[in-house]
Amino acid sequence: MLGLELSAEEWQAIGLSLRVAGVATLASLPPGILIALLLARGRFPGKVFLDALVHLPLVLPPVVTGYVLLVLFGRKGVLGAWFEANLGIVFSFRWTGAALACAVMGFPLMVRAIRLAIEAIDARLEAAAGTLGAAPIWALVTVTLPLALPGIIAGAVLCFAKALGEFGATITFVSNIPGETQTIPAAIYNATQVPGGEAGAFRLSIVAAMIALGALVASEWLARRSGSKARLG
Amino acid sequence: MIAFACRLPRDGFTLDAAFEAGSGVTALFGPSGSGKSTVIRLFAGLERPEAGRIRIGDATLLDTAAGLCMAPHRRRIGLVFQDALLFPHLSVRANLTYGRFFAPARERRIAFDPVVEVLGIGHLLGRRPATLSGGERQRMAIGRALLTSPRLLLMDEPLAALDTERKHEILPFIELLRDAFGIPIIYVSHAVEEVARLATRVVRLEQGRVVASGSPAEVLAPASLAEASSRFDAVSVLAAPVSRFMPDYGVTLLDHPAGQIVVPGRIEAPGAVRVIIRATHVALSVGHPGHVSIRTVLRGRVVALETDAGPFALVTVRLEGGDRLRAYATRLATDALGLAVGDEVQALVKAVAIDAHDLAGARPAAD
Repeated sequence: MLGLELSAEEWQAIGLSLRVAGVATLASLPPGILIALLLARGRFPGKVFLDALVHLPLVLPPVVTGYVLLVLFGRKGVLGAWFEANLGIVFSFRWTGAALACAVMGFPLMVRAIRLAIEAIDARLEAAAGTLGAAPIWALVTVTLPLALPGIIAGAVLCFAKALGEFGATITFVSNIPGETQTIPAAIYNATQVPGGEAGAFRLSIVAAMIALGALVASEWLARRSGSKARLG
Repeated sequence: MIAFACRLPRDGFTLDAAFEAGSGVTALFGPSGSGKSTVIRLFAGLERPEAGRIRIGDATLLDTAAGLCMAPHRRRIGLVFQDALLFPHLSVRANLTYGRFFAPARERRIAFDPVVEVLGIGHLLGRRPATLSGGERQRMAIGRALLTSPRLLLMDEPLAALDTERKHEILPFIELLRDAFGIPIIYVSHAVEEVARLATRVVRLEQGRVVASGSPAEVLAPASLAEASSRFDAVSVLAAPVSRFMPDYGVTLLDHPAGQIVVPGRIEAPGAVRVIIRATHVALSVGHPGHVSIRTVLRGRVVALETDAGPFALVTVRLEGGDRLRAYATRLATDALGLAVGDEVQALVKAVAIDAHDLAGARPAAD
């Protein structure tokens, strides 16, 4: 039918992409919120350095980021060896490595969105919560995070979208192995490299556009729901 | 007993203030930038002094000498901000009960229903804060602070963001809660009417220092002519019981030892009513004033007369019965009258200048 049916390999790439991007986003959220909080509300030496470090993947060539990951998280890398020995997690040439590369690339976008949302909250609301007896952690959970929710959702969607499209760092770090590390962009790249692969590249491109669009619509809907509460509230 | 003594250098001035406060309303009064809000922030623990001690009853909130500084959320001090700062993501009810959740069970002296009733907010409980008017929000903020059963309620210019009408909507509620819940209140304001109406005690701050403290009548009277620039803020506070209401004219007569005070509107009060008279609204007459429209004529004797090279004279009249009334006149007038200390005078106050809302200790009767 119109030559738009997807092959088994293409389905595999789509499933893998969703899994990689989903895991990358979910795993990034806790540290993302924490670092956004530190950058928005914290006053400490080295804040500028932390800010720069978080944003580094945004400006570095993705291939460089991938190479740094390869050096640090490869089986013989300092961190890679530690993760394998202590947590049994292997990154190199596995889908987990693809998720790590995507997370690192999406992280600055996520932190930025959450940080802006937290900075937009009147800090005196947190002080008010304090005078009402809420310890700082409770003020965070009951006031800051609920008010920052639209930003947190936006950050998660940005990270997810970035993860879906990530190519350079992933292919450098974990290569392009069908069924293990071959995400949609890598599969599209592959298809364009073989004769007669244009149809496959076209099909996957449409799927990628649909997923991205769906994520945007979903985030808009979620942000509107939580945002309208806050605005009306 | 509440005891406050703190020192904190700020840009431009150093706050170095010490005062004591008891039950009822203690007003912190002074021009903007005098350090009133800093005192509030120090009480609440939102700021730390260089050196200081803050005690409420037998609880020490801060003692820098002993290295003690209680965290804000443990102080159990209710703070009402200038803009209500309600939590926008919570319903009105959830805002009100927010602090209750954190108050230790045995300290929950103040119950939900009486607060809702006194503040008249029962019909608003299901709403969202954004749908409330300014006055409603401020009542909500007061209720929210009250429901934490605080040791002390701090109100930092709670009416400053409201228009005159809304102010007059809230003031009676603050009076009611002062009388109903027995929580000491520290009330910051630079509006002399609010202070004269609410305060049991006034602490006057200037440039970070306490320059006067005592009863409203003592502190709010202009201390010297040098303050003539702020002459519109100078008031005298008189106390007098209600004599009777004249329905034909719509005025209430108060019995002051020095004469009858005419107040527009119907006032009902069991005890003495506080009347706030601006020093700029008092005229003086030597001998009987004759045919004038003013009906409030108070007998007294000049006990102080201060002039300088400027246009104004500040006259202090000791009224029969002992109250002091201050009046600003032009030096031209006092010279023309030949006014001197010891002279008997009649102080004339225009009834229309006494707003019914200037009367504390009484609420206009709903008729």
